[in-house]
Amino acid sequence: MFPSLFALAAASALLVPQGDATQVVVVRGDKVFTMAGAPITDGAVLVKAGKIEKVAPAAELTVPPGAQVLRAAVVMPGLIDAHSTVGLSGLLNIPHDQDQLERSAAMQPELRAIDAFNPRDELVGWLRGLGVTTAHTGHAPGALVSGQTCVVKLRGRTVDTDVVVPFAMVACTLGDSGRAGAGKSPGTRAKSVAMLRELLQRTREYVAKRSKDAAAPVDLGLDAMAKVLAGDVPLLVTAHRSNDILSALRVAQEFSIRVVLDGAAESYLVLPEIRAAKVPVLPHPTMARTTGEMENGTMELPRLLLDAQVPFALQSGFEGYVPKTRVVLFEAGVAVGHGLPADAALRALTIDAATLLGVDARLGSLEAGKDADLAMFDGDPLEYTTHCTGVVIDGVPFVGTPR
Amino acid sequence: MIRSRSFRAALSPLLLTAAVAAQEVPHAFVGATLVPIDGPPITNGTLLVRGGRIEAIGAREGVAVPDGATVIDATGKTIVPGLVDSHSHIGAVAGADGSGPIQPEVRALDSIDPRDPGIQKAQAGGITTANVMPGSGHLLSGQTIYLKLRDGRTVDDLTIKNADGSLAWGIKMANGTNPQREPPFAGTRGKAAALVRAQFLRAREHQRKVADAKGDPEKMPERSLGLEALVEVLERKRVVHHHTHRQDDILTVLRLREEFGFRCVLHHVSEGALVANEIAAAGVPCSVIVIDSPGGKLEARNLSLETGAVLDRAGVLVGLHTDDGITDSRLFLRSAALAVRAGMDRTKALEALTIANARMLDLQDRIGTLTVGKDADFVVLSGDPLSVHTQVLQTWVEGAKVFDLADPKDRLMAMGGYGASNGQAMSMCCFAAQGGQ
Repeated sequence: MFPSLFALAAASALLVPQGDATQVVVVRGDKVFTMAGAPITDGAVLVKAGKIEKVAPAAELTVPPGAQVLRAAVVMPGLIDAHSTVGLSGLLNIPHDQDQLERSAAMQPELRAIDAFNPRDELVGWLRGLGVTTAHTGHAPGALVSGQTCVVKLRGRTVDTDVVVPFAMVACTLGDSGRAGAGKSPGTRAKSVAMLRELLQRTREYVAKRSKDAAAPVDLGLDAMAKVLAGDVPLLVTAHRSNDILSALRVAQEFSIRVVLDGAAESYLVLPEIRAAKVPVLPHPTMARTTGEMENGTMELPRLLLDAQVPFALQSGFEGYVPKTRVVLFEAGVAVGHGLPADAALRALTIDAATLLGVDARLGSLEAGKDADLAMFDGDPLEYTTHCTGVVIDGVPFVGTPR
Repeated sequence: MIRSRSFRAALSPLLLTAAVAAQEVPHAFVGATLVPIDGPPITNGTLLVRGGRIEAIGAREGVAVPDGATVIDATGKTIVPGLVDSHSHIGAVAGADGSGPIQPEVRALDSIDPRDPGIQKAQAGGITTANVMPGSGHLLSGQTIYLKLRDGRTVDDLTIKNADGSLAWGIKMANGTNPQREPPFAGTRGKAAALVRAQFLRAREHQRKVADAKGDPEKMPERSLGLEALVEVLERKRVVHHHTHRQDDILTVLRLREEFGFRCVLHHVSEGALVANEIAAAGVPCSVIVIDSPGGKLEARNLSLETGAVLDRAGVLVGLHTDDGITDSRLFLRSAALAVRAGMDRTKALEALTIANARMLDLQDRIGTLTVGKDADFVVLSGDPLSVHTQVLQTWVEGAKVFDLADPKDRLMAMGGYGASNGQAMSMCCFAAQGGQ
């Protein structure tokens, strides 16, 4: 009896896909948070060919013959985890499944997230089962420049079919956790910033050289940094201490690059500077352990960022141990428990995250023409005791045991 | 619904001395929803505490507030018993060192820093009693210490004394991968069990020699601090708190317990659902951890949010714990809420934060419920204990307020912020050894 019970328990952790993107689906909710206007009481979302065709009060929407109808107390856009390492930092936490950080060099912007993301890692399914349909994931904090990130749907097929943005950002870490280790550079904060500035300076020269001579040798790393220099791709700077945060802003200004601040435990000390620099923040997970450089972290950070009108979205971050991934839905709940208004939390999980990641044309709200990514709950999504009853990704329903 | 120990009320004026301590002034919390745990919730109730004890609890109209009592309007608030954490690593606790896998002579007591911010944060989470333990990197990492989270200057201000004056404490053991290391540590599960069995046989031998001496100092065996602690385990005076994750490791603990007859609480029990019937049949309580996702180490790969629910339904006494810093003491209520999300009965989940853990520490007669005569350990909440919106407003230990969200210093501890973690020791056993950075 027990082995079968066990198999059942393991399988039930996942929501299972039903049908394919060609089908017509109607998702009806007692309350539909469209994140584009006021919530609709007794609303419905009509989905065709993977896209949202109509969002309306249920009374104004005719269910097409043959449509699959799903119901939930609450329907909202699929949750977006604005920064994770899921798919690279696998569940088992053994060398075999840890691809989030390559330690052979301090700066490796050429490392692509799409070459490392495992869409079938069990944690991908775990997050999907809790309403997360898209993640910004990739190389982890822990090296000065650790590599690239991508935005990917948690649909669990292949990275090529599921990716939304193959090259989203370049991950950079300042401060203690960006040090390379004994005897290697960078060994200090000042050296970290000097090396980063040199890299950007070399990139300038590389771009100039390549623009004059198309036959000049390709440097994969500088090619990636050229996107940062051109403003096509932001530099994702993990920095917790207020001095490291200001270093990031200084570099951003010097090279006119886009920066997204990650973690930013002490950002509440330098909010005017962050706001003036128009830099968005991905605050550390609300429940992140306040150790080391994060010792001054606060569970009120999302609320403080909101009050200061600094754009932000919520993230699960990176964990080296247990839990191997956090759940952005849970982090949002605790942020709300510590002063963040619920509507701001829902925005941070959906449209604000989509905007910050530059994917708001496709994701983040329930509007005609957008991707049919939805999450369903049996109550207030932010409450601890509410369950996610299913998700829809690209028009494909995933249903199973509510979590 | 009114429970009152009338003889205490009658005697109390005689017990009052000229120097009446602040907590001797009765405090009446009026108008709250009281969740006594030993009975159904009482709406619009009164909780009367005096002299560090609960003097009366009941519906408002049925509890007389004595003259001179400090009356606190708790309308709209919810009061629950002080939370009991059966597994915590706050207070800069440390135990055994790297010299060997089994070190029963080492006491957590001798490591506690009462000023560690982790203790204040636990107060901010509504925790009033904690079993503070050394880590799980040893088969036996030392003696645990049960602490009341009073505002204390020294560790002695926090300890709990039994009726005979001895300290309330247990002993910490572990199996599975955390204690696996190079020799003299065990490298395999078989070796680990063999080392533990050999050590208990030595303790049994020591126990026999002491008994044979019949009090004659000439015949007494040479003293051994470690074996003496283990004899207390064999004599069921000291509970074994056993870290264990995998189903086969859980059964190994039950096998050793059967062989040596010790009293035991199983901790974490990530795969406990797979051997729920065996655990229930053994009558062994489980202190369960709630983690946001499975994995992070191999033996937690099947960790399930349903563990508490499954074990409870199988008839096992289930408690929850923080394992602080694995989970944050300030979010202990959340663990119960997630257990409910995963199917655990709501009442049982609240018991798992309070009386169930008190039972595992043999403190059920003093703490864990709002019962007349028990210690006045309680938490004033802003609302439903299991709601994300609920805040811990105040924490009281033995009639003294140890946390008040309205106090800026306490608020810093509750929320975090600049200086909140100064000097805080954060224990995450085997973090580095198991893939952490």
